[in-house]
Amino acid sequence: MNTLFDKIWDAHVIQNVEDGPTQLYIDRLYVHEVTSPQAFDTLRDKGLKVHRPKQIYAMPDHNTPSDQQERIDDPIGRKQVEALQRNCKEFGICHFAMGSRDNGIIHVVGPEKGLSLPGMTIVCGDSHTSTHGAVGAIAMGIGTSEVTQVLASQCILQSKPKTMRINIEGTLPKGTTAKDVALYIMAQMTTSGATGYAVEYAGSTIRSMSMEGRLTLSNLSIEMGSRAGLIAPDEITFAYLKDREYAPKGEAWDKAVEEWKKLKSDDDAVFDKEVTYRAEDIAPRITYGTNPGAGIPVDGCIPTLEEVSEAERPQLAAQLEYMQFKPGQRLEGTPVDYVFLGACTNGRIEDFRAFASVVKGHRKASNVVAWLVPGSWSVRQQIVDEGIDKILEEAGFELRLPSCSACLAMNPDKVPAGKLAISTSNRNFVGRQGPGARTVLASPLTVAASAITGVITDVRTLLVES
Amino acid sequence: MKEPFSIIRSTCIPIAIDNCNTDLIIPARYLASTTRDAKFFGDAFMHDLRFDADGMPIADFVMNQPAYAETPHRGVHEIIVAGANWGSGSSREHAAWAIAGYGVRVVVSSSFADIHRNNLLNNFVLPVVVSPSFQQELFETIASNPDSLVEVDVPRQQITNLATGRSEHFDINGYKKYCLMNALDDIDFLLENQDKIKAWEEKR
Repeated sequence: MNTLFDKIWDAHVIQNVEDGPTQLYIDRLYVHEVTSPQAFDTLRDKGLKVHRPKQIYAMPDHNTPSDQQERIDDPIGRKQVEALQRNCKEFGICHFAMGSRDNGIIHVVGPEKGLSLPGMTIVCGDSHTSTHGAVGAIAMGIGTSEVTQVLASQCILQSKPKTMRINIEGTLPKGTTAKDVALYIMAQMTTSGATGYAVEYAGSTIRSMSMEGRLTLSNLSIEMGSRAGLIAPDEITFAYLKDREYAPKGEAWDKAVEEWKKLKSDDDAVFDKEVTYRAEDIAPRITYGTNPGAGIPVDGCIPTLEEVSEAERPQLAAQLEYMQFKPGQRLEGTPVDYVFLGACTNGRIEDFRAFASVVKGHRKASNVVAWLVPGSWSVRQQIVDEGIDKILEEAGFELRLPSCSACLAMNPDKVPAGKLAISTSNRNFVGRQGPGARTVLASPLTVAASAITGVITDVRTLLVES
Repeated sequence: MKEPFSIIRSTCIPIAIDNCNTDLIIPARYLASTTRDAKFFGDAFMHDLRFDADGMPIADFVMNQPAYAETPHRGVHEIIVAGANWGSGSSREHAAWAIAGYGVRVVVSSSFADIHRNNLLNNFVLPVVVSPSFQQELFETIASNPDSLVEVDVPRQQITNLATGRSEHFDINGYKKYCLMNALDDIDFLLENQDKIKAWEEKR
């Protein structure tokens, strides 16, 4: 009667500390430049070595520019990227340098290289580490102190979270993507609804969802408060991972798949919480506020102050003041200044295929600045191989270089103050895409539709036309 | 920074923002630094709510109001009373460094985001979870008299609003409590258990 989470967790327990946390063994640590320099400094201070360097992979992604990757102009960001390279060399850690064909956003590269595998425990100093849970792993974001711990001991001390299963049943309507499913769940349960829980996504909608879609869904688990979002591995997972660079090969592969097939919640598994949503209820979504849970259907209206509880009113008013929106306003048709396709949420090949399918034969609206940023060099290569770059180019779009880009204002891709961006990234926080920037979160389809009309657009109106 | 915890009795800074994410606690542009300088991060704490684009203090933000502007020292502003779901979003430990660097030792809220909660503990800042009504009463007490004292008794795991006398028990596991009261890091514990780790790896 164990859940998938229990099975993986239990297989990695070194000890349960009396009246304390669990000492959990970590199979894979990913390291990026932002949350690691102080961890390496601490190792040096204490005279410690890295315990299992071969289980650790590092790459810069937050500071890397998306227009060229010959240099980083910002001296502070450059220093951080150089520090990662130096630290990896000193401690014997595999490092995928900026501009190399192995590089990309850590949460895109890990699964696509077969470094994130079913049954693993995976951590990284980044809250979107939840992404890797889509392959059937426990994957959690951690802080820099915990990065230090894993570097030194390949373990962390964690209290076991509660378990929640979110079932999505049925067929997603036309125009609705995995991103919309995640935005819908967040709006239903709020951005803290899954705090303290590890979430397993299940149900017929998930079973027929592509691996890219599952990665998007697991990625956004943290935006509901959950550190980990798991999906039981199945034939879709195995087909995605087979022949990936670091995945097991030959006989080892067959043996691994046999084991991975056991990684599912038992039929009589009991979850601390279980919720079920209908796929048919989920329309393409947009956000209107400054947390990802503040969302509505793309053709819907922002709640009025009367529609929310008295306690919620000041917050709603403050969010709308920042966003320059009005209570009760319909956002469809609102002019946008920037569009962003990319990030660890929606920077995969399927996202670029989706975007291209909408803009094909149209032109980018002249009022819009568009940043189309693949999540990795491998994704970029696939875009070129499939001729998607030509479709984008003909529609007036330029394909940029792999980077976290406009997700978080740590590289040159910043949205200027007051400008409105419609973005496939994961957070619409105050100042997230640049001081004063206003962010509407949406799917690649919705962002594509808005990019060619220049206003927030319901992609379904374009799908009907074509 | 690592001072053993016992009983803290202090005035508070009320930051009554629900869902205050770590991007607000410290904006991303401070994350590119490789420093461990506590003051650097402390100065960036709540930066974009404290200062405008020209670096001038925003007068109506709570931390700039005369009653709360004094930086923390013993007995003064060592405690933050925060809104619900404090520290959501990004895992950046820089947010905990900012809070610790500013001089805060305890954050009180009705709920914390999971990753940030661990980050606070790893930086010897104690997150104290109280009931929403206790939290609300604290906000009211502080608003009516910013000199009101709150006591956080770690050995007894009890927080008291000294103005009203109302107390609540708070949870903390025995292991972490021992660490806080003896200024010990998790890493010390893990290094002491190296043999267990190697034995586990071999038997796997």
